[in-house]
Amino acid sequence: MLAIDDIVVHYGVIEAIKGITFEVNKGEVVSLIGANGAGKTTILNTISGLIPATSGTISYKDKPITKASTREIVSSGISQVPEGRRVFSGMTVKENLEMGAFLRKDRANVQKDLERIYKSFPILKERLTQDAATLSGGEQQMLAMGRALLSDPELLLLDEPSMGLAPLFIREIFNIIEEINQRGTTILLVEQNAKVALEVSDRGYVMETGKLVAAGPAQALLDSKEVQRAYLGG
Amino acid sequence: MDTFIQQLINGLSLGSVYALVALGYTMVYGIIKLLNFAHGDVYMVGAFIGYYIIANFNLGFVPTLVLTMLITGLIGVFIYQIAYRPLRNSTRIASLITAIGMSYLLQNGMIYIAGPQTRSFPQIIDNQMYSLGSIRISTMQILMLMTTIFLMIALQLIVQQTKFGKAMRAVSNDPEAAQLMGINSNQVISFTFFLGSMLAGAGGVLVGMYYNTITPTMGAGPGLKAFIAAVVGGIGSIPGAMLGGYLIGMIEVVISAFGNSMIRDAVVYLILIIILLVRPNGILGKHETEKV
Repeated sequence: MLAIDDIVVHYGVIEAIKGITFEVNKGEVVSLIGANGAGKTTILNTISGLIPATSGTISYKDKPITKASTREIVSSGISQVPEGRRVFSGMTVKENLEMGAFLRKDRANVQKDLERIYKSFPILKERLTQDAATLSGGEQQMLAMGRALLSDPELLLLDEPSMGLAPLFIREIFNIIEEINQRGTTILLVEQNAKVALEVSDRGYVMETGKLVAAGPAQALLDSKEVQRAYLGG
Repeated sequence: MDTFIQQLINGLSLGSVYALVALGYTMVYGIIKLLNFAHGDVYMVGAFIGYYIIANFNLGFVPTLVLTMLITGLIGVFIYQIAYRPLRNSTRIASLITAIGMSYLLQNGMIYIAGPQTRSFPQIIDNQMYSLGSIRISTMQILMLMTTIFLMIALQLIVQQTKFGKAMRAVSNDPEAAQLMGINSNQVISFTFFLGSMLAGAGGVLVGMYYNTITPTMGAGPGLKAFIAAVVGGIGSIPGAMLGGYLIGMIEVVISAFGNSMIRDAVVYLILIIILLVRPNGILGKHETEKV
């Protein structure tokens, strides 16, 4: 579904991504794990078209999207939940959700999706008229996910959904991630919290300073001594 | 007391114009953090467009106002596209200097087109005086106030209720996150320039009608005052610009009437300095709280 082929990304003169190749198949949950500064967020932002790639190609459903604008990428079905949630403060929960559906013209289906999101995140329905900035971290994460889902994506990019959340909230968020996947949305997950991420994933890739250093089925990575020592604190 | 109320009424007219112009400053700043110093000159251009519409087509007040607003709005979008858009990824100082250059270009361009002399603005309404006890108010003053209030309500509805208005707020809040929603920030910024310039154009026509004269340099003074109004009210805040505009307008008129018109500008600057010291975000400005 998504194929990244030998992507190189620069920030000014610094080479942040040094030639990475991987793929995400339809229906999968794939996680990209690695320490802070490994380049995980950069990869997601390159896929979303926020940062240009220096070389290499990204294709989605067999069409190149390397040079596409973020708008085109979102309307082709790839939506990102950015690191740190990035909800619009000063706007209500409802307005935040509406922004997620910005490009959609099919009002009736948007309404249906909205109802489904209220079902997955009942807390959002209770807080519809509240300023998004007044929500707790976990609630903001739910809002950011709901907002991204309203663009009706086939591929959802999640950047550090567990960041700064209490363990109870992390469990809830990851349950919802599994639920979203079971409804047919493919998920590419970026996480520092490798254990939680791999537990819900089909496959995983391990990144280190701009390169992939390991890849495999999630269970194999969880069992691997090397990954355990480096990322799972065991 | 009556004189005081009378002066407040006079202040409302001047304040209306400041508020209309201040809104353009504050919206553009809110969305791209640019102090658009050419905005006062856009207001001047609006006054001249109104003048030419009346002189050539002899239209009534409402058609003149609407047409002027549309044309001025488009000029604002054009200015953004040619002058500021190419600098979106440069330093803020580069855009700021460009804005000052654009201000000179508009002023001198208008002197080239229309000549430097003061022109008298054709009268299109029957200006009458109404008395309420010893307080007097003119048709023009009522018209100015009503038009401004109407435009402000319309602006609030656009910004709060429409899809594009919400996108404006989203881009101003977090441009990158807005981009991730598929919002085209250039479209939204152009729309912001359109709205802001429309309001400045309306201000230009109203002032032309109120004071009867227009000149190519008329934008400098009110432009600066409107900028101060936007800062005092809280730059980036739409209600702040409205409040600041009326506040500065009324203070100016009251100082002129009861104190000394020589110190009028000094008092306005003093208020600016006090606000910057005591409440740097302005009266209705938001405190920048960084969320981690």
